[in-house]
Amino acid sequence: MSALAIPAHTSWWRSRGVRRFARHRLAIIGLVMITLLTLACIVGPYLLPYDSLYIDLRARFAPPLTGYHFLGTDPLGRDVAARLLEAGRISLLVGFFAMLLSTMIGTLIGVVSGYYRGAVGATLMRIVDAFLSFPSIFLLLALAALLQPTPIMITIIIALTSWMEVARIVEAEVRSLRERDFVQASRMMGLSSAHIMFREILPNAIGPIIVAATLTVARAILLEAYVSFLGYGIQPPLPSWGNMLNGAQQYLSTAPWLAIIPGITITIAVTSFNFIGDGLRDALDVRSDHM
Amino acid sequence: MAGYLFNRLWQSVVLLVIVSIIGFAVLNLTPGGPLSQFALTPGMTQEAMDRIAEQMGLNRPLPVQYLDWGWRLLQGDWGTSYRDGQPVLDVIGRHITATLLLMGTSTAFSIAIGTWIGIHGATRPYSIFDYTVTIGAMVALSIPTFWFGLVGIYIFTLELGWLPAGNMYTIGDGSVLNYLHHLIMPSLVLSLVNVAVWSRYMRTATLDVINQEFVKTARAKGLTERRVLMKHVVGNAMVPMITLAGMQLPSILGGALVTETVFTWPGMGRLFLDSLGYSDYPVVMGLLMVSAILVLLGSLIADLLVALVDPRIRVS
Repeated sequence: MSALAIPAHTSWWRSRGVRRFARHRLAIIGLVMITLLTLACIVGPYLLPYDSLYIDLRARFAPPLTGYHFLGTDPLGRDVAARLLEAGRISLLVGFFAMLLSTMIGTLIGVVSGYYRGAVGATLMRIVDAFLSFPSIFLLLALAALLQPTPIMITIIIALTSWMEVARIVEAEVRSLRERDFVQASRMMGLSSAHIMFREILPNAIGPIIVAATLTVARAILLEAYVSFLGYGIQPPLPSWGNMLNGAQQYLSTAPWLAIIPGITITIAVTSFNFIGDGLRDALDVRSDHM
Repeated sequence: MAGYLFNRLWQSVVLLVIVSIIGFAVLNLTPGGPLSQFALTPGMTQEAMDRIAEQMGLNRPLPVQYLDWGWRLLQGDWGTSYRDGQPVLDVIGRHITATLLLMGTSTAFSIAIGTWIGIHGATRPYSIFDYTVTIGAMVALSIPTFWFGLVGIYIFTLELGWLPAGNMYTIGDGSVLNYLHHLIMPSLVLSLVNVAVWSRYMRTATLDVINQEFVKTARAKGLTERRVLMKHVVGNAMVPMITLAGMQLPSILGGALVTETVFTWPGMGRLFLDSLGYSDYPVVMGLLMVSAILVLLGSLIADLLVALVDPRIRVS
């Protein structure tokens, strides 16, 4: 992440005061947290003595830090720590690939509608507006309930309901870039529209795209948690952070850790990505429309 | 002004048509579709399925079905619920008040608190308060709303016993106080994200205004700092916030859905989930349309308010 470190060495940055520095520090905290979390999810399941599916009926509802289960057990006596890490693999993968897909869709639509300003651009942007008129949870749930909720399908559905932000950002960026001299020059040279759009203009809009993509990971992880919590997302026995919370409400009085532990983990992961996105916004000097 | 009004209305109508096409496509192009609910009936044969499809008009080409559905929608015939055979509009009408009550309370609360935090932070930029609130807002935006609700229930219902865990009122007790008692926790939980968003935007809007020439003039005239802030800064900073309030509607509505599930609040969100569970397509479709109409109406009203308040828009 050299991009994060660059401003620290240039002199203009010092004048922007303590707050920017602190914000970058937050980004680094986020980066460290998400790296640790990812590593734990990759390596952890091999190190823990329990399988995430192993059912120990004698140790049902064991509270955290008692006995052999570090984070306690669930109603079936399965190890919460093992399930949490296994779930992290799924939730983080869903978040990452949903981000990739939605950034690709958003970028494609944004570039095309920003470049062709006439009827094509206007129509595409109206479609973006129409998608934004639905509360995304409603659309997401309707799709998830109708389709087979495999992890791949959930990823696709999340991407299909979260590409609009990126499209808007890219559209605005391309619209302002398309009148620049270098684009005029490319046109003069007879380069194809596709070449100008994706090889000349797009690389100049990469900063805002990276920032939006980082924030989309955060959003995608939250969305997965929402649908899975409501029972339409990742289906058990496959664990995800969201579906671990699915049954937690009914055990809130007897086994509160079942709700608290996955919730804190989701919050940490999402906060980390939001911190990183915020730091990148400053580091890449993307003008802030949102905060 | 009339031209602007007409333009804005026209845009909303076009958007609503696109919205209805998307909604219709989502429910009809996915595998299964409206017929899938009958496939599970024991002893169902293919001929019987075909007959039902014929009766329901589901064997016609999709564009024809869409036009037919849209035409009925315009006439106020939104179909009947598969679950209890009642008209969709009646079913939704019974649930919409609870949702609007929840959203209204939460929005009023978020705007009050968020405005205060935003102004307080903007007038003391880079102070400890400003810094804490900035981080706090980012964390608040990262907390899953439903989980925050669960934590609330754990603390305020199970541990402290102060607030009820769910529902809109205690059966047999219809007093206003009882309603309010049930409203506190869901509306505060729903406010979490909105306070965060609102305070961040308010801070930016206030900072934008506070450095402008007319504020310096007001100070130069010898007005007290308080008067400058209240009369000149906040008034102008609120203009972009009206647009934001309109833009926030989809996320508040989405948040309400999740909050309602946790607190068994009898609103549109719960109805949506229940209808999904029953594959009650007409109601699901109706709710998608109602939520989109609410959102479009919200942004339309916001734009009109801004045009009323800000003379520059009327001219252009």
